[in-house]
Amino acid sequence: MFAIKNLSKIYASQHGTVHALDNISLTIERGSFVTITGGSGSGKTTLLLALGGLNRPSTGTITYDDKNLYSMPESALAEYRNKKVGFVLQTFNLVPYLTAIENIMLPMIFNSDHNGTAQSSAEELLEKVGLKHRTEHLPRELSVGQQQRVAIARALANNPDVILADEPTGNLDPNLSLEILKILKDLHDSEGKTVIMVTHSPEAAKFGTRQLRLKDGRIEIG
Amino acid sequence: MKLQTIIWKELWLRKSQLISALLGITLGIAVIVGVQSVSAVSEKAVKVSLDNLGANILVLPQAASVDDYYSADIDAPTFPEDYVERLATSMLPGVDNLSPKLTRRIKVGDVPIILTGILPANELASKPIWQTAGLVGAGLNAACDPGNTANQSFGLKDERLQRKAVDSLATMDALVGSNVAQRLGLKEGQSVNLEGRGFVVARVIPETGTIDDSRVYAHLHTVQQLLGVGNQVSAIEIMGCCSAISDGLLGKLRNILPDTRITTINQIVSTQIKTNQLMSKISMVFLVIIILVGAITIGNYMWANVEERRREIGILITIGTRRSVIYRMFLTKAIILGLVGGITGYILGTGSAMILGPQLAGLKISPVPIYLLLSVLVAVAIALLGSILPVRRASRFDPAVIMQEV
Repeated sequence: MFAIKNLSKIYASQHGTVHALDNISLTIERGSFVTITGGSGSGKTTLLLALGGLNRPSTGTITYDDKNLYSMPESALAEYRNKKVGFVLQTFNLVPYLTAIENIMLPMIFNSDHNGTAQSSAEELLEKVGLKHRTEHLPRELSVGQQQRVAIARALANNPDVILADEPTGNLDPNLSLEILKILKDLHDSEGKTVIMVTHSPEAAKFGTRQLRLKDGRIEIG
Repeated sequence: MKLQTIIWKELWLRKSQLISALLGITLGIAVIVGVQSVSAVSEKAVKVSLDNLGANILVLPQAASVDDYYSADIDAPTFPEDYVERLATSMLPGVDNLSPKLTRRIKVGDVPIILTGILPANELASKPIWQTAGLVGAGLNAACDPGNTANQSFGLKDERLQRKAVDSLATMDALVGSNVAQRLGLKEGQSVNLEGRGFVVARVIPETGTIDDSRVYAHLHTVQQLLGVGNQVSAIEIMGCCSAISDGLLGKLRNILPDTRITTINQIVSTQIKTNQLMSKISMVFLVIIILVGAITIGNYMWANVEERRREIGILITIGTRRSVIYRMFLTKAIILGLVGGITGYILGTGSAMILGPQLAGLKISPVPIYLLLSVLVAVAIALLGSILPVRRASRFDPAVIMQEV
């Protein structure tokens, strides 16, 4: 599904150039659950954003189903993010002034497949993450765990092949973490989604069918 | 849910910021509309006052000088009275109040006087061709609005006499200057002998301190007969629209009457042109300042708005929103601000002008509907102008940077 070849990302910082990713090559199979661990600054989020079409690499290529992501025009890359991948981030995932259901419908605005069905699709997704009774609540009226479940529902809005999760349990207590990880595992196991999850927690990493470990922008294990 | 829902919900999120930005644009537009509403009326009032300074264009015989017009020598050259009709039928824009005159120095006993033949307004009006040319009945219209037949006086006193346009004058009536009346001991209703014919003193003109005090006005056709000059006149005074004069009215008049001298009374014309230019310059300065202030207010608000919404913009890009859509979101918001600001500004400005105009300037102000359209256009333009930089910034955010700012 993903083929990454000689991927490097170099930032210029105050302390000189930083090699966030240093000549990485790997492939990710469809239907796998990949966890990426590593210390702070190891490049794991940079890699995840690059896979999501949000971070243009300095050198190297990422192909998705044989299409080179970063040679596509900006509009095609936006469509890729909208239809092929769903993002779940650590915090501030939701638009604060939109209700739970409106947040879930957000990606559907730009997808013509949802003409007339957006409302019912969003309700189904809320039910799936166990929040049917919170449809009209604003993010601030939801607990952190509930917010993260809404974020997962939104990531699924356009029924993407890939879920990209960046520290989805980073702000949650162990019980809530487990709840979120179970939802992600279920999406992988029963719906065949490809899940790629960045985490700093060894316990969370164990949910993956494949565990990658990065250090200083290189693959240490995996 | 549509994109509009997002724009609408966000608009109400930060109400105090929204209201202060709207207030900026509304007050700006209100000031422009207020000033324009007052100056549209006061410019006309000023033009009426300027017209009262008298005619500003003189048509003289080719051989005559302006001095001849004032000194009125006995053998000063003349031209046919028909020239008035030629000008009237030419339908030239910016020509108003044609007034033919025949002037000669004569003596009444030992007293030297200046006899001036004029046509009263009612006889000008009786010529059908002039009526169709719209040149009559314009008693107090500004010369710059020859097409305006509403004859509004804008609350000013009727100063027709000062303009030397006499409503009616019988063939043997005379209007006598104060100096002449004093030296000859004349009173209204008495008779006076001019060149062997008896005239009735219809009116003694109050002292003006000018050569007019030594003048006697009588009907043009009687004076022509008296002096034996046939249908000749020594000058035609014209009230020309000052802006038409700047646009080359004199050249056009010369084309119609090639064998005459056409000249402006410089002092009057330059005062008129300067006053008009000053007023339009002041309005322009106002407009520019307010556009700048309004654009800065909106720009400031939009910049803060974009900064506060960095995460949200990041989320939108992450879920596949095109940058052009983000551009559209912010510009739609700017257009809404402009529309609302323009409409409320128009209402506020017009209302204030209508309430304050009579109190401050003694002028009755009416709403100018076209200003509503202009207000909305200017306000939307201001809002878009102020939003260009912030919106460009928003659409160029790097989500990878925003997402890692936690």
